[in-house]
This record gives sequence, C-alpha cells and structure tokens, in this order.
Amino acid sequence: MRQIINFIIRYKTSLLYFLLLFIALSFTVQSHSYHRSKFLNSSSWITGNIYEASSSVSSYFNLDEENEKLLEENMRLRKLLFNLKQPDSVALDTAGITYTVLSAKIIKNSYANPRNYITIDKGEKQGVEQDMGVITGEGILGIVENTSSNFASVQSILNTRSSINAKIKNTDYFGSLVWNTSNYNVVQLEEIPRLVPLFVGDTIVTGGNSSIFPENIPIGTIQKFDLNTSKSFYNIDVQLFNDMANLKNVYLINNINRPEILELQLETDNDQ
Amino acid sequence: MTNNYYFINIIRFALLVLIQVLVFNKLNFFGFINPMVYILFLYWYPIKENRAVFLGVSFLLGMAIDLFSDTMALHTAATLTIAYLRPTIMRFCFGVNYEFQSFKLSNTTKAQQITFLALLVLTHHLIFFFLEIFSLSNLLLILKKVLFTGSATLVLCLLFGSLFSVSKE
Repeated sequence: MRQIINFIIRYKTSLLYFLLLFIALSFTVQSHSYHRSKFLNSSSWITGNIYEASSSVSSYFNLDEENEKLLEENMRLRKLLFNLKQPDSVALDTAGITYTVLSAKIIKNSYANPRNYITIDKGEKQGVEQDMGVITGEGILGIVENTSSNFASVQSILNTRSSINAKIKNTDYFGSLVWNTSNYNVVQLEEIPRLVPLFVGDTIVTGGNSSIFPENIPIGTIQKFDLNTSKSFYNIDVQLFNDMANLKNVYLINNINRPEILELQLETDNDQ
Repeated sequence: MTNNYYFINIIRFALLVLIQVLVFNKLNFFGFINPMVYILFLYWYPIKENRAVFLGVSFLLGMAIDLFSDTMALHTAATLTIAYLRPTIMRFCFGVNYEFQSFKLSNTTKAQQITFLALLVLTHHLIFFFLEIFSLSNLLLILKKVLFTGSATLVLCLLFGSLFSVSKE
C-alpha cells in the first residue's frame, strides 16, 4: 500500500498528464463519430457571444458587397414570382408547404482545417434544429450539427465527414459530395457511373434522395473529371458557386416531413 | 508580488485566447496557414511554478482554444503534451543551470531562447497535425503543414516576444 502511495507521489505529474491526455483524446475520438461533438463546439453561450461581438464590428466591412448579393437574389426571385402562372396568394395556405425557411448570419467561418464548422447567430429559441439544411443565395453550405439556445454550429460542406446527395442538373444521376481538403472552393462528386455523358461546366445541384435539402439547390459547376482507379466511376471536381471564404447571410431549410421520412426509413430497416 | 504574478498570467491567458481566435484563426495566409501564437503562454509561464498547476492551466488553455475553433480536443492534447515536455526541452536548451534559483529566461542568449521556442512550436504542431489528419498515409501533407504553419508561428511568436519583453518581471 505504502509503495503504491509512494509511486503515485513520485509520478504524480506524469499520472496527471496521462489522465488529462486521456480526457482530451477521448473527446477527440468520440467526436469522430457522427453527431457526438457535443462538448466542444463553438455554439456555446460564451463563444457564441464573443464571436457575435466580433462579427458585429467586422460585418460593416463588406456591407456593400452583401447588399449587392441580396439585391441580386431578390431580383432573381422577383423574376420567378412575376412569371408565375397562378397568383401567389394561393401559396399562403400553409397546409401544402413542405419546407420552412429561416434566415441567419454567420458569426464565425473557417475553411482552412480538414473539418470546418460555421457558427451562426440563431439557435433553438429561433427554431433552429439539428439537421436543418443551410444554404446561401448562391448555393449549398452545410447542415446544422449542434444547437444552443441562441447559436448553432453548422457542419460545412468543407468537412471530411460531410457527405451530401448531389446530382447533375436535368438528369437523375446522383452521387455523393465530399471534400478532399485540398482547395476550399472545390469539392468532389463521387459515384457517378462512367456511362454518364459529362462536360466541363455542367451544373451540379442537390439530389432528391436527401430529407434535408430540397431538390435542385445549386452547388457548383464541373471543373474537371476523370475515371477513378476501378475505371467504373468518375471523380469529379466541382467548383462551388459560393465563395467559401466570404460568406455572411444564410438561409436554414427545415423539411416538415423529415420526421415522418426518418420514421419510415427506420421501420423499413427494422423489418429487414 | 505573488498576486501581481497571478494577475499577469490570467490577463495573458485571456488576451492570448482572444487574439488567437479573433485574429490568427481568421488569417488563412495562403489559404491554410493559421499561426498558433497562444503557445507563447507556455513560453512565458514562470519556471518555478508547481508542475501540476502548469499542466492544469495548459489543459484549460487548449480547451478554450478548442471550444472556439471547433477542433474537438486537438489543441488540448498538443498543448498539454508540450506543457509536460517543457522541463525536458528546457534542460536540452539551457543545460542544467535552468534548475538554479537565479535562472531567468531573459538572462539566456538569444539563440537559446529561439531554440526553446522552436522546439515547443515543433512538438506542438507535430502532435496537432498528426491528430488532426489522423493517418500516416498523409505524412507529406502533415509535414508540409507543420513546416509552413510552424515557421509562421515561430516568426510571429518571436515578434510578440520582443514586443512584450519579459525582462521587466
């Protein structure tokens, strides 16, 4: 007993080090699995407020540019609205609505790490939930991963753990969108079979297989493509429409039918 | 005197965390270089202090940076390790005389100080990027990141070090 105590006293620094290192590594390993990064994320109260204060100053610097972007988007939406065949008052009936939309501001953006997260200034109090889709006026951005009462952190598409259903516009060939960490404005589309005719410049949009994003949200254009090692699928580099280094205003999409879809999928999985 | 001591370290802690997350994490020099200047805290931290407290403080420092930058606990693990290894690194850089009561960082030569800081930065970055990428197949990528980010960190730390000289303490 005495020897054990002596041992502990002699190596107390090393023991403390290994204990703390173990805690740190367990946090790291735990958050490698999906939806487990609960403890350490920047949507918490203190980090959220500090980022919000900093962003309230820095947001003035590119206000002009942001206004321009919003104006352009409004113009596009107006054009759609004016060319709509039926009057839009019919759409005000909420029974037929599948998607609801919230707006938010980015208070922290990162794009230099292999796993990037974005923090936004809306949280549970404003109706943000886990797994809502996040887009900008130009294209897709990511998926809400963690929420606190006033902030939320978003898993960016620039994240090695992100995998989003995407397809080539006007076709039904879909694949998954991943990121190889090399360039923050280029992501990779995988699992497109080789018989699909591709051209540089083709538009990539979100596919219909996702319960998070609506179909046909723009993502980017094909920059280059080649066959993978097994020669049966394409590796496609997609140039994003968004400039990931310069983002401010985002929209959050909530699919009202998502719980039902998930329940159904779970039921089917259980039956097998 | 001792109160002043704690006070300075607390202020330093807070300022380094803020400057790291609000300025240097957003730098993205050449698209990927984000220098980690908060390592200066471990460079400046008093030598004679209790090692257990030092480990605890380093753990909290890493945790604070992780909380802000959504990097799981990578900064925590790397910072904790260099805190643990600091006495070894100091013995390597300054020889045995760092254990004497009269030893002060400002009394050593410039070359010794730079070696000390460089070894801290190198160890920290190696651990950080190894854990971040977590595969040996990307060894070249890891070494590239360590080299570029490490040299940026070192240069900035040296600049900060000479700007806020510790010779007054």
